[in-house]
Amino acid sequence: MKIETKALGAVEIDEKQRVRFPEGLFGFETLQNYALLESAEPPFLWLQSLDQSALAFVVINPFIFRPDFEITADDAEFAAIGIEKAEQALVYSIVTIPEDAAPVTANLQGPLVINRDTREAKQVVLSDPRWSTKHDIVAEMKIREGGSESTTQKGNA
Amino acid sequence: MLILTRKTNEKIMIGERIAVSIVEIKGDQVKIGVEAPKNVKVFRKELFDDIKAENKAAAASRRTTLPKIG
Repeated sequence: MKIETKALGAVEIDEKQRVRFPEGLFGFETLQNYALLESAEPPFLWLQSLDQSALAFVVINPFIFRPDFEITADDAEFAAIGIEKAEQALVYSIVTIPEDAAPVTANLQGPLVINRDTREAKQVVLSDPRWSTKHDIVAEMKIREGGSESTTQKGNA
Repeated sequence: MLILTRKTNEKIMIGERIAVSIVEIKGDQVKIGVEAPKNVKVFRKELFDDIKAENKAAAASRRTTLPKIG
């Protein structure tokens, strides 16, 4: 199917790229249909709304810059989108790219969990104080490359 | 909205499995205890508000070319 996107113009997508959020994202509850698209700048991807072509989120695999990231959300929350085992889950964080020179940040407090098989997804809320809505991706990547273990960031839970 | 008056150590039941207790009252702060089944998520409301605000901020960015990282 052909879709209109915010950043990439008209794009042909595969059924397998579709992602459905039955409850929407927080603040975007009425929009359920998205597609996950590769960007020109990996590891970033686009989560493009299929309901509103002007709406798209940049997302990233959070484990790339925080290998210690973990989701401790309750099993019942995963059951809502049919996830029984961790291997069934794809996890992404929404990235905020400021218009000015401020750091590019990722939201680890409200990650997106996608069921690999059914493509049903959900934004979950983590109350672990290690995770905040604004993790500086480049800075945390550098800390990791520097071999330091002290990557803990003060959250706001 | 149902409004109930409670004293320290008194509880409110929400259904049969969720108990909310007033643990301590000190000035303008109230310490609240929540006993709930594991599948009931309990959060400070600010957490939802923060995530909603961050989603809005992420969606508002007009950048369509992404930065290079790594």
